[in-house]
Amino acid sequence: MSDPLHALSLKALSQGIVDAKFSSMEVTEHFLNRIETFDPALNSYLTVTKEQAIAQAEQADNTIRSGQPHSPLAGIPYALKDLYCTQGIRTTAASKILDNFISPYDATVQSKLRHSGAVLLGKNNMDEFAMGSSNENSAYGNVANPWDHARVPGGSSGGGAACVAAGLAPFSLGSDTGGSIRQPASFTGITGIKPTYGRISRYGMIAFASSLDQCGPMTRSAEDAALVLQSLAGFDEKDSTSAQVDVPDYSADLDKPLDGLKIGLPKEFFADGLDQAVAASIDAAIAQYKKLGATIKEVHLPHSHLAVASYYVVASAECSTNLSRFDGVRYGHRCEDPKDLLDLYERSRWEGFGDEVKRRIMVGTYALSAGYYDAYYRKAQKIRRLIKQDFIDVFKQVDVIMGPAAPNTAFKLGEMIDDQVSMYLADLYTIPVSLAGLPGMSIPIQQANGMPVGLQIIGNYFEEARLLNVAHQYQLNTDDHLQTPKQYQ
Amino acid sequence: MAWEVVIGLEIHTQLATQSKIFSTAPTAYGAEPNTQASLVDLAMPGVLPVLNEKVMELATKFGLAIGAEIGTTSVFDRKNYFYPDSPKAYQITQMDFPIVIGGQIDIDLEDGSTKRINVTRAHLEEDAGKSLHGEFTGQTGIDLNRAGTPLIEIVSEPEMRSAKEAVAYMRKMHALVRYIGISDGNMQEGSFRCDANVSIRPFGQEELGTRAEIKNLNSFKFIEQAINYEVERQAYILESGGRVIQETRLYDPDKGETRSMRSKEEANDYRYFPDPDLLPVVISQAFVDNIAKNMPELPDQKKQRFIDELGLSALDAGILTSNRELSEYFEQVANISKQTKLAANWVTGNLSAKLNKENIEIAAAPVTAEMLATVIQRISDKTISGKIAKDVFEAMWNGEGSCDEVIEKKGLKQITDDSAIETMIDNVIANNPNQLAQYQAGKQQLLGFFVGQVMKASRGKANPAQVNQLLRTKLQG
Amino acid sequence: MPIIEKEEVIKVAHLARLAISDDQVEAYTQNLSHILEMVEQMNEADVEGVEPLANPLDSTLRLRPDIANPDIDREAFQAVAPSTEKGLYLVPRVIE
Repeated sequence: MSDPLHALSLKALSQGIVDAKFSSMEVTEHFLNRIETFDPALNSYLTVTKEQAIAQAEQADNTIRSGQPHSPLAGIPYALKDLYCTQGIRTTAASKILDNFISPYDATVQSKLRHSGAVLLGKNNMDEFAMGSSNENSAYGNVANPWDHARVPGGSSGGGAACVAAGLAPFSLGSDTGGSIRQPASFTGITGIKPTYGRISRYGMIAFASSLDQCGPMTRSAEDAALVLQSLAGFDEKDSTSAQVDVPDYSADLDKPLDGLKIGLPKEFFADGLDQAVAASIDAAIAQYKKLGATIKEVHLPHSHLAVASYYVVASAECSTNLSRFDGVRYGHRCEDPKDLLDLYERSRWEGFGDEVKRRIMVGTYALSAGYYDAYYRKAQKIRRLIKQDFIDVFKQVDVIMGPAAPNTAFKLGEMIDDQVSMYLADLYTIPVSLAGLPGMSIPIQQANGMPVGLQIIGNYFEEARLLNVAHQYQLNTDDHLQTPKQYQ
Repeated sequence: MAWEVVIGLEIHTQLATQSKIFSTAPTAYGAEPNTQASLVDLAMPGVLPVLNEKVMELATKFGLAIGAEIGTTSVFDRKNYFYPDSPKAYQITQMDFPIVIGGQIDIDLEDGSTKRINVTRAHLEEDAGKSLHGEFTGQTGIDLNRAGTPLIEIVSEPEMRSAKEAVAYMRKMHALVRYIGISDGNMQEGSFRCDANVSIRPFGQEELGTRAEIKNLNSFKFIEQAINYEVERQAYILESGGRVIQETRLYDPDKGETRSMRSKEEANDYRYFPDPDLLPVVISQAFVDNIAKNMPELPDQKKQRFIDELGLSALDAGILTSNRELSEYFEQVANISKQTKLAANWVTGNLSAKLNKENIEIAAAPVTAEMLATVIQRISDKTISGKIAKDVFEAMWNGEGSCDEVIEKKGLKQITDDSAIETMIDNVIANNPNQLAQYQAGKQQLLGFFVGQVMKASRGKANPAQVNQLLRTKLQG
Repeated sequence: MPIIEKEEVIKVAHLARLAISDDQVEAYTQNLSHILEMVEQMNEADVEGVEPLANPLDSTLRLRPDIANPDIDREAFQAVAPSTEKGLYLVPRVIE
């Protein structure tokens, strides 16, 4: 028996539709059915756009059958983190404050996917405003990890990770501010890439921390990620921070052998706090890379221990003002019977935001307020430069950096909920990369403790093609990325 | 007690652009509410600002015009505060790295001297929307059409010492921004308005007194009134042993007084920081040089040229260069008519009086520069007298035709034919034998009577100089 | 460096327009203190003479041409608004 549709690569899906082995409609319905069957237990979707999906699938089938030129993503279903604005479709950022928000416009990434003929299945659950590492901060309930429903899928792109891991969408777009694509990819055993800051437009992605946020694909393989990234990357005149750097063909170098690849292993990423079993999985993956012809070098990122502290200042400061626009005036939640303007602001915002969001707004407000700016925000931005410099120095010696994406495998729901600081500190391997704005990805390797483990691969600026090549070579030679939780096979 | 008044002004000037500073929404005035507020202006979730290149050009032009340093790397910051007319709950402005640093202008004082006022800085920022309080019971309506309109805020040093100086400075800046074409300067529409920082101190004291900031003054008259009121208020407080508190105040033109704006009073912790959605703006020397090369003649340069080359008095040159349109109108009249002095008199006299009386801009004057130049030509070629010319001007203003048409239609052409004038003189003399006898008996002052009679007989058209001369001859008989 | 006091939490909540209730102040104060304690790690760093990094790519701004796009659909934009009348957004009366 051939593989079920949800086990096929994007390339195979596209080819299958073109060859009329199946239609986009059949693929779309297949995923819609799976969502209906499985998502009540996972809660990975906040909105399912069934009717639009069927209409888009029909249109894609017509385009493809009539032989018109079309994108490789035409007819292929996908999901979006509910952080991306989608015209005419509810967009909540998993927050009560946007509970009733139907976006009047499309994010640039959504508009690109729409034009490519891809089929939107729905919007994924997430940590509210992308703040969190477990998806437990959603106003619409937590998401279960498909490998073990008692465990978290990671966050903040937890819904997207769970839905791709469970075969409820061929791919999803997540967002990564301090690890929000890589860590959930690691926890759910999928492939996730956070490109270089500015590689993909942020227009229409509801801002958390403007100088850190970056969109990225969550897929089942590096090969799929290359295809999705291809359709998203590039300069956008609506985003002043998007990079005017040429976009290479991300699939062109996938098959390049890794002979002579220089891999750096930062000493700081293998120190105390790294789970032994996770460390063993990473070692095994590195051994595999050696077999593929790579050489290994120990490197140093001497300021990486300052990254989490610096990140919480920068991200909180930026979020505190980015989220000021949610004031109950032009859209979003407005409290009942405000007695005056101040009451309208204070109650609408207090009622609309969840605890973690409010905490970060307050930390950020404090860090920017008079008398504290230099001690917090300015200092954090200085540390950020030191961290960036660490990476620049290392990339003079090696081609890519490898290490764990997270110190542990997925933890139990509720296990960390009262200990925010420990949860923050667990992002210590992903945050330095975010602060430096470098591309990083997580690919599934040998499991530990019966749960997925992610290998983080970090590249130099705009070297996504190299990361994808390095990841793809691993996936060609192993089948770690093909593992699927039993009940979702 | 005599107090020294210390005034600094922050002038907000709307830059003349088609689209807003960070969005593509149009900036035209007077549209239906919220029809010029784009997704970006409304601060929808996920939207991002993109800087309009025109504002960099206009701000640079301004900087060069006041001899300032141009900040070749300028940075946009967020100024955080909640208010319904500020949709993002922060204003994008420039804090530490403004586009214009320093600079100065010279103002003319009443005693004829000039005083140099230094500019601290000028920075780019976005305007807020408008709150409408009247229309809804218990509610305020918010129109965000204005939100995101590009402004340059020009901050002066606290160097003005009277309300009059403040007005002179404001007028000078107003003329300048219109001269160089960076703003339409329309004060009714809010394109040019200022906040005045006012404090007083005993003469001789170096330390500044506590200041009050009077917000949003949008006419020269109100600036003067508000500052004078504020000075008196502060003097009264200090003289009765009180202390002036630092606060924001609003001028109420109906009551002629300033009052505290309590809504803006609470702790101003604006939490400035560089806007992470916008990168530093770097402008090249070539960009600056190109703007410098295309800079129009500045008012002070033009004034000097009118004095040096056209021989105008400093007073006339000052009036004629007080706004660009007026100076251009004058130059056109002078060029066509070749009568510089006459042109200056007409423009500063009849024309200005008419514009003031009807309260219209020169661009809307029904008598164009070409039309006025013809009038002056007809005076100098003696077709009409200066007195008749005023009637012709009036008729032209009322749309009765061109200069020559009016002269023709009304038969106003001057009579310069000696024999025709002599005939009229003869008639007048014949009809006034008594006066003639008295004149000849030595009452010379009766000449005026005879001139008047002749002019009357000619219905004002006889050339007065000729009448005078011919009369003298005839009367002496 | 001070770890945040209750009064400061109340002040910060007000600056951020959050209606923190009396019974929540304690919990927030503790949480914020923990976070700020973690942030104190930054003090270990020697940042003397280091230029702050505001944007990871250290790029400069690209500008757009001054072209107005009058295509603004007020009705669609206001469809998501809590309260509008005659094209205006309504808020409780503001006294200036």
